[in-house]
Amino acid sequence: MNQTAGILFQLGQSLLLVAVAPLWLGWVNQWRAWLQNKRGAGLFQPYRGLAKLFNKEALLAHRASPLFRATPYILFGCMWLAAGIVPVLATSLPYSPAADVIALVGVFALARVFMALAAMDVGTAFGSLGARREMLIAFLAEPALLMVFFTASLISHSTALTTIVETLAHKQFALYPSMAFASVAFLMALLAENARLPVDNPATHLELTMIHEAMVLEYSARHLALIEWASSIKLLTYTVIGIALFLPFGIAQAGDWSALPVAVGALLAKLAVAGPGLALLETLSAKLRIFRAPEFLGTAFLLAVLGMLTHFLLET
Amino acid sequence: MKIEDFQPEFAALPGAAPVWHGALDPGRLRPLCQDVRSAGGRLVALWGSQGGGPSFALHVAVAVQQGLAVASLPLEREAPAFPDISDIFPAAGRMQRAVADLLGFQAAHAADRRPWLRHGHWPADRFPLSKEFDGTRAFPPEGDTYPFVAVEGEGVHEIPVGPVHAGTIEPGHFRFSVVGEKVLRLEQRLGYTHKGIEKLFEAMTVEQGARLAGRISGDSTVAYAWAYAMAAEGVSGSTPPPRALWLRALFLERERIMNHLGDLGALGNDAGLAFALAQFSRLKEDVLRTNQALFGHRYLMDAIVPGGVAHDVDFRGFSRIIEEITELEREVPRLKRIFEDHAGLQDRFLTTGRVKPDLAARLGLAGLAGRASGQSWDLRAQFPCAPYDGLEVRMATHRGGDVAARVTVRFEELTESMRLCRILLRKMPEGETSTPLNPMQPAGLGIGWVEGWRGEVLLALHTGEDGALRRVHPHDPSWHNWPVLEHAVIGNIVPDFPLINKSFNLSYSGHDL
Repeated sequence: MNQTAGILFQLGQSLLLVAVAPLWLGWVNQWRAWLQNKRGAGLFQPYRGLAKLFNKEALLAHRASPLFRATPYILFGCMWLAAGIVPVLATSLPYSPAADVIALVGVFALARVFMALAAMDVGTAFGSLGARREMLIAFLAEPALLMVFFTASLISHSTALTTIVETLAHKQFALYPSMAFASVAFLMALLAENARLPVDNPATHLELTMIHEAMVLEYSARHLALIEWASSIKLLTYTVIGIALFLPFGIAQAGDWSALPVAVGALLAKLAVAGPGLALLETLSAKLRIFRAPEFLGTAFLLAVLGMLTHFLLET
Repeated sequence: MKIEDFQPEFAALPGAAPVWHGALDPGRLRPLCQDVRSAGGRLVALWGSQGGGPSFALHVAVAVQQGLAVASLPLEREAPAFPDISDIFPAAGRMQRAVADLLGFQAAHAADRRPWLRHGHWPADRFPLSKEFDGTRAFPPEGDTYPFVAVEGEGVHEIPVGPVHAGTIEPGHFRFSVVGEKVLRLEQRLGYTHKGIEKLFEAMTVEQGARLAGRISGDSTVAYAWAYAMAAEGVSGSTPPPRALWLRALFLERERIMNHLGDLGALGNDAGLAFALAQFSRLKEDVLRTNQALFGHRYLMDAIVPGGVAHDVDFRGFSRIIEEITELEREVPRLKRIFEDHAGLQDRFLTTGRVKPDLAARLGLAGLAGRASGQSWDLRAQFPCAPYDGLEVRMATHRGGDVAARVTVRFEELTESMRLCRILLRKMPEGETSTPLNPMQPAGLGIGWVEGWRGEVLLALHTGEDGALRRVHPHDPSWHNWPVLEHAVIGNIVPDFPLINKSFNLSYSGHDL
């Protein structure tokens, strides 16, 4: 019985993440607008954008291969899967042992590889340009991300996300200096992986400066909608991973259903604060020159390694 | 070198601008250009005409210390050709190609003879600006193959961009040859907005022409309208009342203010700082709304007419503008400080798209971009016509030549324009705002020469034997600066191009005509 409830809960949680991801993006965008003294388009603008795209006729380049058509679905599937294995509200996720943090990074990588392949598929200059840059950013961001996860794994002696979060949130209350370094590294990786400023500019119309946007230039209608939706799920998933790792307080323990309302309230409060935080970061920074991005991500990696060293020095 | 020393002698043209005009034997063109070049002068414009005195003529306008000298070269009717001067003044290259497209005048022995404005929309042996050409007739479009210069080497590939871009901007094609992210070569192709403006002028009255002149390049409508009015007043020997001239200067400075505000915001935005765009757009919008309220048009179109201006400013308008300037004088320095203190922004601006002063001098970089590369030319300061002769305009110059220098020059010119506006309003003479134009002199030439926000706008107006418009040639400073942009990008990385391009912010429409 408990097992069935767990499965249903995990499924429900992932569906919830998928459903509210555009809302969270709307929240971030709304704050971006407010911080620029603009009125903003409202919280539900991303949904309107998606609805518009789903109602349009999909156009494909003449030489588009099945890979190009399949990629939006693969991308969406990957992000849904990622959203499913992150402990958001409770740490009781029956399928979590099947995919640990390394697999999670792998899922993101899989999505990225398909995106890059699809971008090069049609053969336009911008697609290849974007794919090339995306790979440059990714191969620098991924190690930083893995290092952050390893630090957390060393603390909890497990690479399973649920165990990590369980340990950090419930087992013993301790402040981990290593996690302070790791959190900054994670934030930097989050910005890079989600095509946010200062690494990429999600709002630009300048083809030559794009990274993520350059890869999706050839997509339209439902394909584009799925990609954009997947991007918003990715951003939300990264944010809840960050919350689960660094601010896990309030998350419901395995089997403790009565703690759920508190968990929901805590998550909403954290997300509500994280939105303006992300928007503020983006408003204050200009876009980096593309060759400064390696320095930026190098710093992220360095901080992650420092976090791990700190763990060995101070916490064992 | 002095214009009095020119052989044969040049005569001063009537009108507000310091212009001399004379006929020149084609064989004397190159020596003249070489003399001008070695004396530190520069080419301002090059255009051709048909009809009037000599049936075919090429006109070359050069600026020297004293002012502008316009040489008219009579050309043969059969196979009209003239000596190539693009090795002396590199900016002449594209103007010569345009003259070949529009009138069939060939620059003998020129290295680059590819079509420039002709994109296969009329046959190669028809010339739109010749009198026999019927401007209303359409030809079946020919195939348009343009031989770009190919760069070869290990790992070199091309990125074609445009003519249609992702943003709502004008069309132009950019062909990048790159290795990785590094730009080895940029080649532009323009002419997509060629709409036959010069041909349209031929069938117009002087008044209609004024409206068309104001629509050549929307962001410089005041500069063009003033240049046109100046040329028409020169040919007709009319003098606009002093108050009209002061109002024109007010319009011109307001045009400079609104464009600089818009550009500064856009430059911040192109570097990812959307905050700057929001703030500067707000300030620009206020200026535009004031224009709409006081002068009936947001961009001041048709505010200047031959003989004067169409709008006066009353006490209410006077105080509204003063209030607005006070507001700007408070806001702009704050935004400037944010720009200067923002490390990320400065990292993007500094050393990006650098045109060193010696390269700028060799290629003839003009206007605002020129002043950011040590080319100190500003008509308002050097050849001030009324009312600038009493204002002592302070020219903004820098030697950095990068995006940061072009940003700084914009900030300084913005401040200077606000100061000028205050003086213009305070000391504006009373009186009429326009006077009827005298009849146009037959077979005359009038030159308008105005420092627009982008650079100097020149407008040449030739009248026929009946005093009607025979040939009107508007010349945008973008002609000089587009080719320099190709050099500015070399060695930079691809994603910095939009920023470099925006820092020049050149006109497509004013160039393509």
